[in-house]
Amino acid sequence: MISVENLTRKFGELTAVEGLTFQVEEGEVFGFLGPNGAGKTTTVRMLCCLISKTSGDARINDYHIGKEADSLQIRKMIGLVPDNVGLYDDLSAFENLDFYGKLYECTEGRRKENIERFLKMLELWDRKDARAGSFSKGMKQKLALARALVHEPKILFMDEPTANLDPESAKTVRDFIMEIKKQGRTIFLNTHNLDEAQRICDRIGIIKTKLLSIGTPEQLRKSLAGPKTVIRLAQASEAMANSLRKLIPNKFEVSDNKLLIDVTDPDKENPSIIAAITSIGGQVREVTQLVPTLEEVYLQIVKETK
Amino acid sequence: MRISKAWIVAAKDIRVFLRKRYTIYSLVVFPIIIGIGLPFVLNVVISKQGALLSTQHLTDLMSAFAFFFAIGASVIPTLLASYSLVGEKVEKSLEPLLAAPITDSELLLGKGIGAFFPSIGSLYIGSIVFMVLSDLFTHSTLGYYYFPNWTIGILLLILMPLLSVLSVEWSVIVSARATDPRAAQLQGVLIAIPLFFIYVATEVGAIKLNTTSIWIISGAAFIADIILFFLSTKTFQREEILTKWN
Repeated sequence: MISVENLTRKFGELTAVEGLTFQVEEGEVFGFLGPNGAGKTTTVRMLCCLISKTSGDARINDYHIGKEADSLQIRKMIGLVPDNVGLYDDLSAFENLDFYGKLYECTEGRRKENIERFLKMLELWDRKDARAGSFSKGMKQKLALARALVHEPKILFMDEPTANLDPESAKTVRDFIMEIKKQGRTIFLNTHNLDEAQRICDRIGIIKTKLLSIGTPEQLRKSLAGPKTVIRLAQASEAMANSLRKLIPNKFEVSDNKLLIDVTDPDKENPSIIAAITSIGGQVREVTQLVPTLEEVYLQIVKETK
Repeated sequence: MRISKAWIVAAKDIRVFLRKRYTIYSLVVFPIIIGIGLPFVLNVVISKQGALLSTQHLTDLMSAFAFFFAIGASVIPTLLASYSLVGEKVEKSLEPLLAAPITDSELLLGKGIGAFFPSIGSLYIGSIVFMVLSDLFTHSTLGYYYFPNWTIGILLLILMPLLSVLSVEWSVIVSARATDPRAAQLQGVLIAIPLFFIYVATEVGAIKLNTTSIWIISGAAFIADIILFFLSTKTFQREEILTKWN
Protein backbone atom coordinates (compact mmCIF):
# COMPACT_ATOMS: atom_id res chain seq x y z
CA MET A 1 0.00 0.00 0.00
CA ILE A 2 2.79 2.43 0.96
CA SER A 3 6.21 1.65 -0.39
CA VAL A 4 9.14 3.92 0.39
CA GLU A 5 12.57 3.42 -1.15
CA ASN A 6 15.60 5.42 -0.19
CA LEU A 7 13.52 8.55 0.28
CA THR A 8 15.54 11.68 1.02
CA ARG A 9 14.62 15.30 1.54
CA LYS A 10 17.04 18.16 1.96
CA PHE A 11 16.27 21.79 2.77
CA GLY A 12 19.35 23.58 1.49
CA GLU A 13 22.25 22.23 3.51
CA LEU A 14 19.99 20.54 6.04
CA THR A 15 19.04 16.92 5.50
CA ALA A 16 15.63 16.43 7.07
CA VAL A 17 15.12 12.84 5.98
CA GLU A 18 17.74 10.48 4.58
CA GLY A 19 17.42 7.17 2.80
CA LEU A 20 14.12 5.98 4.25
CA THR A 21 13.09 2.53 3.09
CA PHE A 22 10.02 0.75 4.44
CA GLN A 23 6.65 -0.64 3.46
CA VAL A 24 3.27 -0.29 5.09
CA GLU A 25 0.76 -3.01 4.31
CA GLU A 26 -2.95 -2.54 3.71
CA GLY A 27 -4.95 -2.36 6.94
CA GLU A 28 -1.82 -1.88 9.03
CA VAL A 29 -1.33 0.80 11.67
CA PHE A 30 2.22 1.99 11.23
CA GLY A 31 3.72 4.23 13.88
CA PHE A 32 6.52 6.64 13.17
CA LEU A 33 8.37 7.42 16.37
CA GLY A 34 11.05 10.03 16.71
CA PRO A 35 12.13 13.11 18.63
CA ASN A 36 11.17 16.62 17.54
CA GLY A 37 12.91 17.51 14.28
CA ALA A 38 13.50 13.85 13.40
CA GLY A 39 11.79 14.19 10.03
CA LYS A 40 8.40 12.67 10.83
CA THR A 41 6.35 15.59 9.54
CA THR A 42 8.59 16.00 6.49
CA THR A 43 8.03 12.32 5.65
CA VAL A 44 4.26 12.64 5.97
CA ARG A 45 4.27 15.80 3.88
CA MET A 46 6.23 14.03 1.14
CA LEU A 47 3.90 11.04 1.22
CA CYS A 48 0.87 13.34 1.07
CA CYS A 49 2.41 15.09 -1.97
CA LEU A 50 2.61 18.39 -0.12
CA ILE A 51 6.34 18.80 -0.60
CA SER A 52 8.70 17.23 -3.09
CA LYS A 53 11.38 14.67 -2.46
CA THR A 54 15.05 15.35 -3.10
CA SER A 55 15.77 11.76 -4.14
CA GLY A 56 14.47 8.23 -3.78
CA ASP A 57 10.93 7.14 -4.44
CA ALA A 58 7.67 6.41 -2.69
CA ARG A 59 4.51 4.84 -4.01
CA ILE A 60 1.03 4.90 -2.60
CA ASN A 61 -1.02 2.15 -4.22
CA ASP A 62 1.36 2.22 -7.19
CA TYR A 63 1.02 5.96 -7.67
CA HIS A 64 4.35 7.71 -7.43
CA ILE A 65 4.77 10.77 -5.28
CA GLY A 66 6.38 13.61 -7.18
CA LYS A 67 4.49 12.96 -10.43
CA GLU A 68 1.90 15.68 -10.93
CA ALA A 69 -0.78 13.39 -12.37
CA ASP A 70 -0.21 10.77 -9.65
CA SER A 71 -0.21 13.39 -6.90
CA LEU A 72 -3.88 14.22 -7.48
CA GLN A 73 -4.78 10.51 -7.39
CA ILE A 74 -2.82 10.06 -4.16
CA ARG A 75 -4.50 13.05 -2.55
CA LYS A 76 -7.91 11.60 -3.41
CA MET A 77 -7.21 8.35 -1.59
CA ILE A 78 -5.59 9.74 1.54
CA GLY A 79 -6.78 11.70 4.54
CA LEU A 80 -4.52 13.91 6.61
CA VAL A 81 -4.76 14.98 10.22
CA PRO A 82 -1.95 17.56 10.49
CA ASP A 83 -0.25 18.48 13.74
CA ASN A 84 -2.20 21.77 13.70
CA VAL A 85 -5.87 21.02 13.24
CA GLY A 86 -6.35 23.93 10.80
CA LEU A 87 -10.11 24.28 11.00
CA TYR A 88 -12.10 27.28 9.84
CA ASP A 89 -13.12 28.84 13.14
CA ASP A 90 -15.90 30.93 11.58
CA LEU A 91 -17.59 27.93 9.99
CA SER A 92 -19.66 25.40 11.88
CA ALA A 93 -18.49 21.83 12.40
CA PHE A 94 -20.89 20.72 9.67
CA GLU A 95 -19.75 23.42 7.24
CA ASN A 96 -16.09 22.56 7.81
CA LEU A 97 -16.74 18.93 6.90
CA ASP A 98 -19.10 19.81 4.06
CA PHE A 99 -16.45 22.04 2.46
CA TYR A 100 -13.92 19.22 2.48
CA GLY A 101 -16.51 16.69 1.32
CA LYS A 102 -17.13 18.89 -1.72
CA LEU A 103 -13.41 19.29 -2.39
CA TYR A 104 -13.05 15.50 -2.31
CA GLU A 105 -15.93 15.23 -4.81
CA CYS A 106 -18.29 13.31 -2.51
CA THR A 107 -21.88 13.33 -3.67
CA GLU A 108 -24.28 15.33 -1.53
CA GLY A 109 -25.94 12.20 -0.14
CA ARG A 110 -22.66 10.50 0.74
CA ARG A 111 -21.32 13.73 2.20
CA LYS A 112 -24.27 14.22 4.52
CA GLU A 113 -24.32 10.56 5.51
CA ASN A 114 -20.59 10.52 6.34
CA ILE A 115 -20.69 13.82 8.20
CA GLU A 116 -23.53 12.56 10.37
CA ARG A 117 -21.85 9.17 10.91
CA PHE A 118 -18.46 10.55 11.90
CA LEU A 119 -19.80 13.41 14.02
CA LYS A 120 -21.98 10.93 15.89
CA MET A 121 -19.06 8.53 16.36
CA LEU A 122 -17.01 11.38 17.78
CA GLU A 123 -19.85 12.69 19.93
CA LEU A 124 -19.99 16.02 18.09
CA TRP A 125 -23.32 15.66 16.32
CA ASP A 126 -25.13 17.79 18.91
CA ARG A 127 -22.66 20.60 18.19
CA LYS A 128 -22.76 20.31 14.41
CA ASP A 129 -24.05 23.86 13.95
CA ALA A 130 -21.70 25.46 16.47
CA ARG A 131 -18.72 27.45 15.23
CA ALA A 132 -15.54 25.39 15.21
CA GLY A 133 -13.87 28.35 16.92
CA SER A 134 -16.01 27.73 19.99
CA PHE A 135 -14.76 24.15 20.37
CA SER A 136 -12.28 22.92 22.97
CA LYS A 137 -8.91 21.61 21.83
CA GLY A 138 -10.10 18.02 22.14
CA MET A 139 -13.26 18.70 20.15
CA LYS A 140 -11.25 20.45 17.44
CA GLN A 141 -8.94 17.45 17.20
CA LYS A 142 -11.94 15.15 16.86
CA LEU A 143 -13.39 17.40 14.18
CA ALA A 144 -10.07 17.33 12.32
CA LEU A 145 -10.25 13.52 12.44
CA ALA A 146 -13.77 13.58 11.01
CA ARG A 147 -12.59 15.99 8.30
CA ALA A 148 -9.81 13.60 7.29
CA LEU A 149 -12.34 10.76 7.02
CA VAL A 150 -15.28 12.51 5.37
CA HIS A 151 -14.33 11.13 1.93
CA GLU A 152 -13.59 7.67 3.38
CA PRO A 153 -9.91 7.52 2.45
CA LYS A 154 -8.07 4.22 2.21
CA ILE A 155 -5.07 5.64 3.98
CA LEU A 156 -5.05 8.02 6.91
CA PHE A 157 -1.99 10.04 7.83
CA MET A 158 -1.99 11.44 11.35
CA ASP A 159 0.64 13.78 12.68
CA GLU A 160 0.69 13.74 16.49
CA PRO A 161 -3.10 13.41 16.82
CA THR A 162 -3.12 13.29 20.61
CA ALA A 163 -0.41 15.85 21.31
CA ASN A 164 -1.52 18.51 23.81
CA LEU A 165 -4.81 16.78 24.54
CA ASP A 166 -6.07 16.05 28.02
CA PRO A 167 -6.11 12.33 28.94
CA GLU A 168 -9.85 11.95 28.33
CA SER A 169 -9.74 13.54 24.87
CA ALA A 170 -6.59 11.60 24.00
CA LYS A 171 -8.37 8.37 24.93
CA THR A 172 -11.38 9.27 22.77
CA VAL A 173 -9.07 9.93 19.83
CA ARG A 174 -7.15 6.68 20.43
CA ASP A 175 -10.39 4.70 20.70
CA PHE A 176 -11.54 6.27 17.45
CA ILE A 177 -8.28 5.30 15.75
CA MET A 178 -8.82 1.72 16.93
CA GLU A 179 -12.34 1.89 15.54
CA ILE A 180 -11.18 2.99 12.09
CA LYS A 181 -8.43 0.39 12.24
CA LYS A 182 -11.18 -2.22 12.53
CA GLN A 183 -12.68 -0.85 9.33
CA GLY A 184 -9.50 -1.97 7.57
CA ARG A 185 -8.03 1.44 6.84
CA THR A 186 -4.29 1.84 6.66
CA ILE A 187 -3.05 4.30 9.24
CA PHE A 188 0.28 6.10 9.28
CA LEU A 189 0.69 7.61 12.72
CA ASN A 190 3.39 10.10 13.64
CA THR A 191 3.83 10.24 17.37
CA HIS A 192 6.29 10.60 20.15
CA ASN A 193 3.86 9.08 22.61
CA LEU A 194 5.42 5.67 23.19
CA ASP A 195 2.50 4.29 25.13
CA GLU A 196 0.16 5.26 22.32
CA ALA A 197 2.43 3.68 19.71
CA GLN A 198 2.65 0.47 21.71
CA ARG A 199 -1.11 0.25 22.18
CA ILE A 200 -2.23 1.18 18.67
CA CYS A 201 0.47 0.28 16.18
CA ASP A 202 1.03 -3.03 14.46
CA ARG A 203 4.55 -1.96 13.53
CA ILE A 204 6.74 0.92 14.52
CA GLY A 205 9.56 2.70 12.75
CA ILE A 206 11.98 4.75 14.83
CA ILE A 207 13.33 7.70 12.91
CA LYS A 208 15.93 10.32 13.50
CA THR A 209 16.60 11.65 10.01
CA LYS A 210 17.35 8.03 9.08
CA LEU A 211 15.20 5.03 9.89
CA LEU A 212 16.94 3.59 12.93
CA SER A 213 14.82 0.54 13.59
CA ILE A 214 11.57 -1.01 12.44
CA GLY A 215 9.43 -3.88 13.67
CA THR A 216 6.47 -4.83 15.79
CA PRO A 217 6.50 -3.37 19.33
CA GLU A 218 7.41 -6.86 20.57
CA GLN A 219 10.28 -7.21 18.11
CA LEU A 220 11.63 -3.80 19.04
CA ARG A 221 11.52 -4.59 22.74
CA LYS A 222 13.40 -7.81 22.21
CA SER A 223 15.90 -6.18 19.86
CA LEU A 224 17.48 -4.07 22.58
CA ALA A 225 18.31 -6.81 25.05
CA GLY A 226 16.90 -10.12 26.13
CA PRO A 227 14.51 -10.38 29.03
CA LYS A 228 15.70 -10.27 32.62
CA THR A 229 14.54 -12.30 35.59
CA VAL A 230 14.26 -10.44 38.87
CA ILE A 231 14.51 -12.63 41.97
CA ARG A 232 13.82 -11.05 45.31
CA LEU A 233 15.53 -12.89 48.18
CA ALA A 234 15.12 -12.74 51.93
CA GLN A 235 18.72 -11.63 52.03
CA ALA A 236 21.32 -11.33 49.30
CA SER A 237 25.02 -10.99 50.02
CA GLU A 238 28.14 -10.64 47.92
CA ALA A 239 29.35 -14.03 49.16
CA MET A 240 26.16 -15.64 48.00
CA ALA A 241 26.45 -13.93 44.63
CA ASN A 242 29.99 -15.28 44.22
CA SER A 243 28.77 -18.79 45.03
CA LEU A 244 25.92 -18.44 42.55
CA ARG A 245 28.28 -17.28 39.78
CA LYS A 246 29.97 -20.66 40.01
CA LEU A 247 26.65 -22.47 39.54
CA ILE A 248 24.93 -20.51 36.72
CA PRO A 249 26.39 -19.15 33.46
CA ASN A 250 24.06 -16.09 33.36
CA LYS A 251 25.29 -12.57 34.06
CA PHE A 252 23.56 -10.88 36.97
CA GLU A 253 23.64 -7.89 39.29
CA VAL A 254 22.81 -7.72 43.00
CA SER A 255 20.90 -4.80 44.40
CA ASP A 256 18.61 -4.38 47.45
CA ASN A 257 18.27 -8.12 48.03
CA LYS A 258 17.35 -8.54 44.41
CA LEU A 259 19.14 -10.46 41.70
CA LEU A 260 18.73 -9.04 38.20
CA ILE A 261 19.63 -11.93 35.93
CA ASP A 262 20.02 -11.86 32.11
CA VAL A 263 18.18 -14.75 30.55
CA THR A 264 17.50 -15.80 26.98
CA ASP A 265 14.72 -18.31 27.58
CA PRO A 266 13.04 -17.61 30.94
CA ASP A 267 10.82 -20.71 30.90
CA LYS A 268 13.82 -22.98 30.50
CA GLU A 269 16.39 -21.14 32.61
CA ASN A 270 14.41 -19.84 35.59
CA PRO A 271 13.80 -23.23 37.32
CA SER A 272 17.53 -24.11 37.28
CA ILE A 273 18.48 -20.62 38.51
CA ILE A 274 16.03 -20.89 41.42
CA ALA A 275 17.29 -24.40 42.21
CA ALA A 276 20.86 -23.05 42.27
CA ILE A 277 19.87 -20.22 44.62
CA THR A 278 18.10 -22.55 47.07
CA SER A 279 21.03 -24.98 46.93
CA ILE A 280 23.32 -22.30 48.38
CA GLY A 281 20.83 -21.36 51.09
CA GLY A 282 19.03 -18.47 49.39
CA GLN A 283 15.38 -17.91 50.28
CA VAL A 284 13.34 -16.90 47.21
CA ARG A 285 10.50 -14.50 48.01
CA GLU A 286 9.40 -13.38 44.57
CA VAL A 287 10.26 -14.06 40.91
CA THR A 288 9.29 -11.59 38.22
CA GLN A 289 10.08 -11.29 34.54
CA LEU A 290 11.35 -8.01 33.16
CA VAL A 291 11.07 -7.16 29.46
CA PRO A 292 12.50 -3.83 28.21
CA THR A 293 9.77 -1.28 27.64
CA LEU A 294 9.35 0.41 24.29
CA GLU A 295 10.47 3.59 25.99
CA GLU A 296 13.77 2.00 27.00
CA VAL A 297 14.25 0.65 23.49
CA TYR A 298 13.42 4.01 21.94
CA LEU A 299 15.69 5.98 24.26
CA GLN A 300 18.53 3.53 23.73
CA ILE A 301 18.22 3.59 19.94
CA VAL A 302 17.96 7.37 19.76
CA LYS A 303 20.84 7.75 22.23
CA GLU A 304 23.06 5.51 20.14
CA THR A 305 22.73 7.90 17.19
CA LYS A 306 24.02 10.90 19.14
CA MET B 1 -8.22 23.40 -14.39
CA ARG B 2 -11.61 22.63 -12.85
CA ILE B 3 -13.59 25.80 -12.25
CA SER B 4 -15.95 23.86 -9.95
CA LYS B 5 -13.12 23.34 -7.45
CA ALA B 6 -12.29 27.04 -7.52
CA TRP B 7 -15.96 27.85 -6.87
CA ILE B 8 -16.00 25.57 -3.82
CA VAL B 9 -13.08 27.49 -2.34
CA ALA B 10 -14.59 30.84 -3.32
CA ALA B 11 -17.97 29.97 -1.78
CA LYS B 12 -16.27 28.96 1.46
CA ASP B 13 -14.25 32.18 1.52
CA ILE B 14 -17.30 34.34 0.88
CA ARG B 15 -19.16 32.54 3.67
CA VAL B 16 -16.25 33.26 6.02
CA PHE B 17 -16.07 36.93 4.91
CA LEU B 18 -19.74 37.42 5.64
CA ARG B 19 -19.23 36.18 9.20
CA LYS B 20 -16.35 38.49 10.01
CA ARG B 21 -17.30 41.96 11.10
CA TYR B 22 -14.02 43.37 9.80
CA THR B 23 -14.46 42.08 6.27
CA ILE B 24 -18.10 43.21 6.20
CA TYR B 25 -16.94 46.72 7.16
CA SER B 26 -14.33 46.56 4.40
CA LEU B 27 -17.03 45.67 1.89
CA VAL B 28 -19.63 48.17 3.04
CA VAL B 29 -17.94 51.30 4.38
CA PHE B 30 -15.96 52.39 1.32
CA PRO B 31 -18.83 52.08 -1.22
CA ILE B 32 -21.20 53.86 1.19
CA ILE B 33 -18.79 56.76 1.76
CA ILE B 34 -18.07 57.13 -1.95
CA GLY B 35 -21.57 56.31 -3.17
CA ILE B 36 -23.40 58.65 -0.80
CA GLY B 37 -20.73 61.02 0.47
CA LEU B 38 -19.33 62.28 -2.82
CA PRO B 39 -22.71 63.20 -4.37
CA PHE B 40 -23.37 65.28 -1.24
CA VAL B 41 -20.01 66.98 -1.77
CA LEU B 42 -21.18 67.79 -5.30
CA ASN B 43 -24.38 69.18 -3.85
CA VAL B 44 -22.42 71.39 -1.46
CA VAL B 45 -20.16 72.61 -4.30
CA ILE B 46 -23.21 73.46 -6.44
CA SER B 47 -25.01 75.27 -3.64
CA LYS B 48 -21.91 77.27 -2.65
CA GLN B 49 -20.61 78.23 -6.08
CA GLY B 50 -24.02 78.56 -7.72
CA ALA B 51 -23.84 80.37 -11.05
CA LEU B 52 -20.03 80.68 -10.83
CA LEU B 53 -19.66 76.96 -11.37
CA SER B 54 -19.11 76.02 -14.99
CA THR B 55 -20.71 72.87 -16.34
CA GLN B 56 -17.30 71.73 -17.59
CA HIS B 57 -15.83 72.01 -14.11
CA LEU B 58 -18.79 70.17 -12.63
CA THR B 59 -18.61 67.26 -15.10
CA ASP B 60 -14.82 67.04 -14.63
CA LEU B 61 -15.41 66.85 -10.90
CA MET B 62 -18.04 64.12 -11.34
CA SER B 63 -15.67 62.04 -13.49
CA ALA B 64 -12.87 62.54 -10.98
CA PHE B 65 -15.17 61.43 -8.17
CA ALA B 66 -16.22 58.36 -10.20
CA PHE B 67 -12.53 57.45 -10.35
CA PHE B 68 -12.72 56.73 -6.62
CA PHE B 69 -14.46 53.48 -7.59
CA ALA B 70 -11.36 52.48 -9.52
CA ILE B 71 -9.31 53.20 -6.40
CA GLY B 72 -11.78 51.12 -4.40
CA ALA B 73 -11.40 48.26 -6.87
CA SER B 74 -7.70 48.20 -6.13
CA VAL B 75 -8.14 48.39 -2.36
CA ILE B 76 -11.14 46.25 -1.32
CA PRO B 77 -10.09 42.98 -3.01
CA THR B 78 -6.68 43.42 -1.36
CA LEU B 79 -8.32 43.64 2.04
CA LEU B 80 -10.30 40.46 1.42
CA ALA B 81 -7.61 38.47 -0.36
CA SER B 82 -5.00 39.30 2.28
CA TYR B 83 -7.42 38.32 4.98
CA SER B 84 -8.17 35.09 3.18
CA LEU B 85 -4.59 34.09 2.41
CA VAL B 86 -2.89 35.22 5.61
CA GLY B 87 -5.96 34.10 7.56
CA GLU B 88 -5.44 30.54 6.26
CA LYS B 89 -1.82 30.88 7.28
CA VAL B 90 -2.69 32.10 10.77
CA GLU B 91 -5.39 29.45 11.27
CA LYS B 92 -2.93 26.81 9.94
CA SER B 93 -5.65 25.62 7.59
CA LEU B 94 -3.46 25.59 4.49
CA GLU B 95 -1.95 22.15 5.13
CA PRO B 96 -5.20 20.16 5.09
CA LEU B 97 -6.44 22.32 2.23
CA LEU B 98 -3.33 21.65 0.15
CA ALA B 99 -3.58 17.94 0.96
CA ALA B 100 -6.99 17.87 -0.76
CA PRO B 101 -7.25 17.01 -4.47
CA ILE B 102 -7.07 20.56 -5.73
CA THR B 103 -4.33 22.08 -7.86
CA ASP B 104 -2.44 25.23 -6.94
CA SER B 105 -4.03 27.14 -9.81
CA GLU B 106 -7.56 26.02 -8.82
CA LEU B 107 -6.91 27.14 -5.27
CA LEU B 108 -5.46 30.46 -6.41
CA LEU B 109 -8.39 31.02 -8.74
CA GLY B 110 -10.80 30.19 -5.92
CA LYS B 111 -9.12 32.69 -3.63
CA GLY B 112 -9.26 35.27 -6.42
CA ILE B 113 -12.94 34.69 -7.16
CA GLY B 114 -13.73 34.79 -3.44
CA ALA B 115 -12.16 38.23 -3.10
CA PHE B 116 -13.23 39.54 -6.52
CA PHE B 117 -16.99 39.06 -6.56
CA PRO B 118 -17.93 40.48 -3.15
CA SER B 119 -15.66 43.48 -3.78
CA ILE B 120 -16.84 44.22 -7.27
CA GLY B 121 -20.44 43.58 -6.21
CA SER B 122 -20.31 46.06 -3.35
CA LEU B 123 -18.56 48.64 -5.57
CA TYR B 124 -21.18 48.24 -8.31
CA ILE B 125 -23.96 48.80 -5.77
CA GLY B 126 -22.07 51.85 -4.47
CA SER B 127 -21.57 53.15 -8.00
CA ILE B 128 -25.29 52.87 -8.79
CA VAL B 129 -26.09 54.87 -5.66
CA PHE B 130 -23.37 57.36 -6.63
CA MET B 131 -24.72 57.81 -10.17
CA VAL B 132 -28.34 58.16 -9.07
CA LEU B 133 -27.58 60.71 -6.32
CA SER B 134 -25.11 62.64 -8.49
CA ASP B 135 -27.66 62.91 -11.28
CA LEU B 136 -30.31 64.04 -8.82
CA PHE B 137 -28.09 66.79 -7.40
CA THR B 138 -26.65 67.98 -10.74
CA HIS B 139 -29.62 67.72 -13.09
CA SER B 140 -30.90 71.20 -12.35
CA THR B 141 -27.43 72.67 -13.02
CA LEU B 142 -26.47 70.60 -16.05
CA GLY B 143 -29.94 70.26 -17.53
CA TYR B 144 -29.33 66.59 -18.30
CA TYR B 145 -28.34 63.39 -16.51
CA TYR B 146 -24.56 63.10 -16.69
CA PHE B 147 -24.51 59.40 -15.63
CA PRO B 148 -24.41 56.81 -17.07
CA ASN B 149 -21.95 57.69 -19.79
CA TRP B 150 -19.22 55.92 -21.76
CA THR B 151 -16.47 57.04 -19.39
CA ILE B 152 -18.04 55.54 -16.28
CA GLY B 153 -19.17 52.53 -18.32
CA ILE B 154 -15.59 51.68 -19.28
CA LEU B 155 -14.44 52.53 -15.78
CA LEU B 156 -16.95 50.17 -14.17
CA LEU B 157 -16.94 47.33 -16.67
CA ILE B 158 -13.32 47.29 -17.87
CA LEU B 159 -11.01 49.16 -15.52
CA MET B 160 -12.51 48.09 -12.20
CA PRO B 161 -12.40 44.33 -12.91
CA LEU B 162 -8.83 44.66 -14.21
CA LEU B 163 -7.80 46.54 -11.08
CA SER B 164 -9.55 44.02 -8.86
CA VAL B 165 -7.64 41.18 -10.47
CA LEU B 166 -4.42 43.18 -10.08
CA SER B 167 -5.26 43.75 -6.44
CA VAL B 168 -5.80 40.02 -5.79
CA GLU B 169 -2.56 39.09 -7.55
CA TRP B 170 -0.65 41.69 -5.56
CA SER B 171 -2.19 40.33 -2.35
CA VAL B 172 -0.91 36.84 -3.13
CA ILE B 173 2.60 38.22 -3.50
CA VAL B 174 2.56 40.28 -0.29
CA SER B 175 0.76 37.55 1.68
CA ALA B 176 3.63 35.15 1.07
CA ARG B 177 5.81 37.07 3.48
CA ALA B 178 3.26 38.50 5.87
CA THR B 179 2.40 36.73 9.10
CA ASP B 180 -0.43 39.05 10.07
CA PRO B 181 -3.49 39.90 7.95
CA ARG B 182 -3.28 43.60 8.86
CA ALA B 183 0.36 43.79 7.77
CA ALA B 184 -0.55 42.11 4.48
CA GLN B 185 -3.40 44.56 4.00
CA LEU B 186 -1.16 47.55 4.66
CA GLN B 187 1.29 46.34 2.06
CA GLY B 188 -1.57 45.37 -0.21
CA VAL B 189 -3.11 48.82 -0.42
CA LEU B 190 0.18 50.18 -1.77
CA ILE B 191 -1.14 49.02 -5.14
CA ALA B 192 -3.59 51.94 -5.00
CA ILE B 193 -0.88 54.62 -4.80
CA PRO B 194 -0.47 55.09 -8.59
CA LEU B 195 -4.24 55.54 -8.81
CA PHE B 196 -4.15 58.25 -6.15
CA PHE B 197 -1.54 60.03 -8.24
CA ILE B 198 -3.85 59.80 -11.26
CA TYR B 199 -6.69 61.24 -9.18
CA VAL B 200 -4.53 64.12 -7.96
CA ALA B 201 -3.40 64.73 -11.55
CA THR B 202 -7.03 65.03 -12.63
CA GLU B 203 -7.74 67.48 -9.82
CA VAL B 204 -4.84 69.73 -10.82
CA GLY B 205 -5.87 69.47 -14.46
CA ALA B 206 -2.83 67.47 -15.60
CA ILE B 207 -5.02 64.58 -16.79
CA LYS B 208 -8.56 64.71 -18.07
CA LEU B 209 -10.61 61.65 -17.23
CA ASN B 210 -12.45 60.69 -20.38
CA THR B 211 -12.96 57.50 -22.36
CA THR B 212 -9.49 57.78 -23.92
CA SER B 213 -7.65 58.18 -20.65
CA ILE B 214 -9.69 55.39 -18.99
CA TRP B 215 -8.83 53.08 -21.92
CA ILE B 216 -5.14 53.94 -21.50
CA ILE B 217 -5.26 53.28 -17.74
CA SER B 218 -7.13 50.03 -18.45
CA GLY B 219 -4.44 48.99 -20.92
CA ALA B 220 -1.75 49.65 -18.31
CA ALA B 221 -3.74 47.68 -15.73
CA PHE B 222 -4.09 44.79 -18.20
CA ILE B 223 -0.32 44.65 -18.75
CA ALA B 224 0.26 44.82 -14.99
CA ASP B 225 -2.29 42.00 -14.57
CA ILE B 226 -0.31 39.74 -16.88
CA ILE B 227 3.00 40.50 -15.17
CA LEU B 228 1.61 40.00 -11.68
CA PHE B 229 -0.21 36.84 -12.81
CA PHE B 230 3.13 35.17 -13.55
CA LEU B 231 4.66 36.48 -10.34
CA SER B 232 1.73 35.41 -8.17
CA THR B 233 1.44 31.92 -9.68
CA LYS B 234 5.17 31.50 -9.08
CA THR B 235 4.67 32.51 -5.45
CA PHE B 236 1.56 30.42 -4.92
CA GLN B 237 2.97 26.90 -5.07
CA ARG B 238 2.19 24.38 -2.37
CA GLU B 239 5.80 23.63 -1.57
CA GLU B 240 6.60 27.34 -1.24
CA ILE B 241 3.49 27.86 0.86
CA LEU B 242 4.25 25.06 3.30
CA THR B 243 7.96 25.57 3.65
CA LYS B 244 8.43 29.32 3.24
CA TRP B 245 5.11 31.03 3.96
CA ASN B 246 5.13 30.07 7.63
